[in-house]
Amino acid sequence: MSTPVLDDIDRRIVVATQDGLELVREPYRAVARRVGIDEAEVRRRLAAMQARGVIRRIGAVPNHYALGYLANGMTVWDVPDDRVRELGRRLGGLGFVSHCYHRPRHLPDWPFNLFAMVHGRDRATVQGHVAGMAALMEDVERGHRVLYSTRILKKTGLRLAA
Amino acid sequence: MTTFEKRLLDEFQRGFPLVERPFAAIADDLGVTEAEIIETLGRLRDEGMVSRVGAVFDPGAIGASTLAAMAVPPGRLDEVTALVNGFDEVNHNYEREHRINVWFVVTAPHRARLDAVIAEIGERTGLEVLDLPMQEAYHLDLGFPLQWN
Repeated sequence: MSTPVLDDIDRRIVVATQDGLELVREPYRAVARRVGIDEAEVRRRLAAMQARGVIRRIGAVPNHYALGYLANGMTVWDVPDDRVRELGRRLGGLGFVSHCYHRPRHLPDWPFNLFAMVHGRDRATVQGHVAGMAALMEDVERGHRVLYSTRILKKTGLRLAA
Repeated sequence: MTTFEKRLLDEFQRGFPLVERPFAAIADDLGVTEAEIIETLGRLRDEGMVSRVGAVFDPGAIGASTLAAMAVPPGRLDEVTALVNGFDEVNHNYEREHRINVWFVVTAPHRARLDAVIAEIGERTGLEVLDLPMQEAYHLDLGFPLQWN
């Protein structure tokens, strides 16, 4: 395991904020009180975790289902290993792609090595996006699928034990 | 949703101000009061439009995480789901339209615990668990522009 990216105080800040900030005038002071450090230190550490990539963003986390984004398609692509980074960057740059990752194949059942999550108000919208993505692949993809989610079986934020 | 609520959701999925009174800073940007921002976000959260206001952590940076998948026979879906969801290490689990139909994210402090969870799910269900850890990310989850009807 590499050097821990979080020290004990960082971890306590993660635990204190993983369910969201309190909606009060000074939310970081509320965190500071729980962690036992001063308010400015909470903000300094959140900024540092963001700079290191531990925190991807801080803001309002919308519930896409509740907002009418009913179609959630996990698009998966089988592309040559030596092109995966280049193609991944292309797909990841599209506004409607929320996550884009290289993952290992699991042959013979699972030949796909590039994953891109697409959200849309309905399946027709997602299909339109997928057609555009396929066009960006310049004929090098060897196949793709769209796996729509039919049910959320569990969804919680990241859990770090206190 | 009002225009003001839409702007709040569009513009503050990231870049939430790291200042003593962040809601006052947002209020200045949007030309409303701090109290209105706090009240509106609270209501959107209570109505379920917003899951929370806070940090989105990268699970891979905090510990070890993977995307796992299983081909679960339809008749066993409830039983297997209950077993999988019973692990605190499983935070997202989706049913998807494919023979490989159960897809879940497992997050643990280190890889060894991740391996143990996956092995235990495999043993207790008698089903194969595909382990598909991220090799590289090409897009950071920075939120995305919402399209309003």
